[in-house]
Amino acid sequence: MTALLTIIVLVFILVAIWQMVKIFDLAQAKADCDQVATDKDNKINAYLMMGFLAFIYIITIVSIVKWGDLPLLSNSASAHGPTIDNLMAISLVIIFFVQTVTQFLLHYFAFKYKGEKGKKALFFADNNKLEAIWTIIPVIVLAGLIIYGLNTWVNIMGVDESDDPMVVELYAQQFNWTARYGGQDNTLGKSNVRLIDIDRANVLGIDEADPNAQDDIIVKELHLPVGKPVLFKMRSQDVLHSAYMPHFRAQMNCVPGMITQFGFTPTVTSEEMRQNPDMVEKVANINRIRVEKSEALVAKGEDALDRYEFDYLLICNKICGKSHYNMQMKIVVETQEEFDAWIKEQKEFKNSLN
Amino acid sequence: MSAHADTHAHDDHGHHHKETFMTKYIFSMDHKMIAKQYLITGTIMGVIGILMSMMFRMQIAWPEEPNVLFEALLGKWAPEGVMDADIYLALVTIHGTIMVFFVLTAGLSGTFSNLLIPLQIGARDMASGFLNMVSYWLFFLSSIIMVISLFVEAGPAAAGWTIYPPLSALPMAQGGSGMGMTLWLVAMAIFIASSLLGSLNYVVTVLNLRTKGMTMTRLPLTIWAFFITAVIGIVSFPVLLSAALLLIMDRSFGTSFFLSDIFIQGEVLHYHGGSPVLFEHLFWFLGHPEVYIVILPAMGLVSEIMASNSRKPIFGYRAMIASILAIAFLSTIVWGHHMFVSGMNPFLGSVFTFTTLLIAIPSAVKAFNWITTIWKGNLQMNPAMLFSIGFVSTFITGGLTGIILGDSALDINVHDTYFVVAHFHLVMGISALYGMFAGIYHWYPKMFGRMLNKNLGYIHFWITAVCAYGVFFPMHFIGMAGLPRRYYTNSNFPLFDDLADVNVIITVFALVGGVVQIIYLYNFFISIFYGKKATQNPWKSTTLEWTTPVEHIHGNWPGEIPHVYRWAYDYSKPGHDVDFVPQNVPLKEGEEELQH
Repeated sequence: MTALLTIIVLVFILVAIWQMVKIFDLAQAKADCDQVATDKDNKINAYLMMGFLAFIYIITIVSIVKWGDLPLLSNSASAHGPTIDNLMAISLVIIFFVQTVTQFLLHYFAFKYKGEKGKKALFFADNNKLEAIWTIIPVIVLAGLIIYGLNTWVNIMGVDESDDPMVVELYAQQFNWTARYGGQDNTLGKSNVRLIDIDRANVLGIDEADPNAQDDIIVKELHLPVGKPVLFKMRSQDVLHSAYMPHFRAQMNCVPGMITQFGFTPTVTSEEMRQNPDMVEKVANINRIRVEKSEALVAKGEDALDRYEFDYLLICNKICGKSHYNMQMKIVVETQEEFDAWIKEQKEFKNSLN
Repeated sequence: MSAHADTHAHDDHGHHHKETFMTKYIFSMDHKMIAKQYLITGTIMGVIGILMSMMFRMQIAWPEEPNVLFEALLGKWAPEGVMDADIYLALVTIHGTIMVFFVLTAGLSGTFSNLLIPLQIGARDMASGFLNMVSYWLFFLSSIIMVISLFVEAGPAAAGWTIYPPLSALPMAQGGSGMGMTLWLVAMAIFIASSLLGSLNYVVTVLNLRTKGMTMTRLPLTIWAFFITAVIGIVSFPVLLSAALLLIMDRSFGTSFFLSDIFIQGEVLHYHGGSPVLFEHLFWFLGHPEVYIVILPAMGLVSEIMASNSRKPIFGYRAMIASILAIAFLSTIVWGHHMFVSGMNPFLGSVFTFTTLLIAIPSAVKAFNWITTIWKGNLQMNPAMLFSIGFVSTFITGGLTGIILGDSALDINVHDTYFVVAHFHLVMGISALYGMFAGIYHWYPKMFGRMLNKNLGYIHFWITAVCAYGVFFPMHFIGMAGLPRRYYTNSNFPLFDDLADVNVIITVFALVGGVVQIIYLYNFFISIFYGKKATQNPWKSTTLEWTTPVEHIHGNWPGEIPHVYRWAYDYSKPGHDVDFVPQNVPLKEGEEELQH
């Protein structure tokens, strides 16, 4: 229905444009215009330039106010999260400043120096000092950003084995995720997709003879103890996928034929995040939207939408085929005690085979 | 070089061969006709590409709702008017491919390099008219194959325009990776051949056929841009060709360049020892320079148009050339910033962050030089000028967010989200499109001997400008909220429910922006026949193309090729009565040629 309405609106816009076109054509036929801008054109377009500058500013302000609660700038749930958020905030401030100033200069000059008959432009071809200024200033700013950025990058990507991270495998396939824990020995058993044996329920291709594999634990919901470093080892069985965990500021592709890795330390439990005032507000807003949508659905005789409760998610962020848009796994961050209790209930690999 | 040009001049090309319809309009070897052929083919491909984007934008805004338009255009891919998830990905893929390669590479560079290189350097034609013709017809052939691929049974290629294997290599992974992908690869291989022939021709022509007095430092910036673009193309396109050929081998002949250890649909495939990451490297070794292949010609056109319409010399001519060279060089060593989270060694990520952020420096120099060019000018607000100013505006807005995406640490969290989509559409999509429109409005009189209607141009520009920002500005924010790109629908993630209204707004802007292009198409095609007849030099420009007669003749100048005595930017030079001094006017006694 909405689509049909849009099409109708588009048709009307089209007709309106068509009418405008005709008017312009008629006006021009009389004037016998040579289609080169006149002083009047210069003036009108110069004012429109200022209008457009206002438009850019307005859309910036509206976007920031309406959609700029900037989930990326606050409420990260991993130890390295705040450093990324901080760098992001600094970059955004720089961008905002440069954008505001340069767009002003560009549009204001376009307005101020609009052409008039008989006026002559300034012959100003070169100025080494000016060019040096706008070469050196970006150099300095970028040098700062590069140093800060690389520092952050190295800290995030460098895995410190002395932290004794918990090793978890994230296993991707069209179109779902599986996680595997190393078990008691915190060591993942060897694996290769060539060893997959569906009949024996060995779906991840784990080497059944490997002693390290016996106590591995395979689950469909990722649980992580808060405050404990985790080292993810990513695998894919078919095509490229990307393990994207936006709340933890974490992402790494899953590549068939190789193992990739990414490590972080979760710092906020799922329960704590649900209590976070910003998150409470966001969830309330989402539920308000869902209630509205549900009313429309019920009116059509369909089921209402479930109430949304916040959960961390692992989502696929590399195009992987038809159901790419629905490849997700729930992540639960909990206290060490809760985690220990949960993992005790899970089957070990050797007991999970048929 | 000039000796060659002179002997050419004595041939007196203008009056000899009698041309038939076939040799004049179809298998033409005249660069001006070939330019028009490129432009019109590119325009048709552009209409297809934009229509596709309008369709998938409707799907994003109103997911899984029946739509009569889908039913009419997509047929079996939209049962009862609901778009299928496979065709959604195909639309996204083909939209990207068509816009990047067929419109903004062939349509933009093909049109204007062909039209302007001989005219602006003072040559009778391209170095090889025959190669030029072959180049166009290969492009045409590849366009036809790409369009045919839309109609194959299992669907067109749908692995994203980056066609990463294994998704693109395995027909069982995705319907579009069967016949559709084969045709895609064949079309692209032919396209690359076309592009290489074109590029070689441009480089040879610029180096060898400049008229007397046209030193490299007197070339208009357009020529510099086309020249360097051609060089980048020659360096990087063959790498994509090799990637495409290796992928064809993997798909059809059982090799394992990019594939290893794959279990799909219940069976283990024979592939062993290849790496998809290798493909990513090969792809982006072209893929990144490609964005400069797209944007540099637009920069050249805009520099020329801004100077001419500001009635002022381009500010910092040498710095502009230096920055083109710097961008060209850096463009070949930054490809890894598309691969920060691909699984490559994090140390490489550091290197690519460094080189990537460096590229912001020459870009900043260019932006400031354009702004200074209009400062204290006498701005003639022709539609071409509006599009040029629009170009600088979107180039700045889009370029600035590059410092976030180029920074590996920040890329982790916005990689492959709508933030990326917003960034590259503004900085190279919309900007290059503006550059192309600017070029068309400015050189239309040269191409067709008639003027485009300026009022339609004004309407076209202003509505397009508002819509472009309306589409891509809010898109940054849904990206920062973590919304991944290439999702058929977001309704499986309640987390993103609060972004649904933003998507509706974006789509409305996109639809209006798409539909208003009809104004331009109307203006373009009607003016070919009914436009106001152009005068020889309607914009009062200094460059050589405006010294040729309005009527196209083979060989461009009826008499001798003009000699060049000055650079291309003597606008409003003190000591002259008029505010422009064409390049072929000798220096007055005591007049200094500028230091430039």
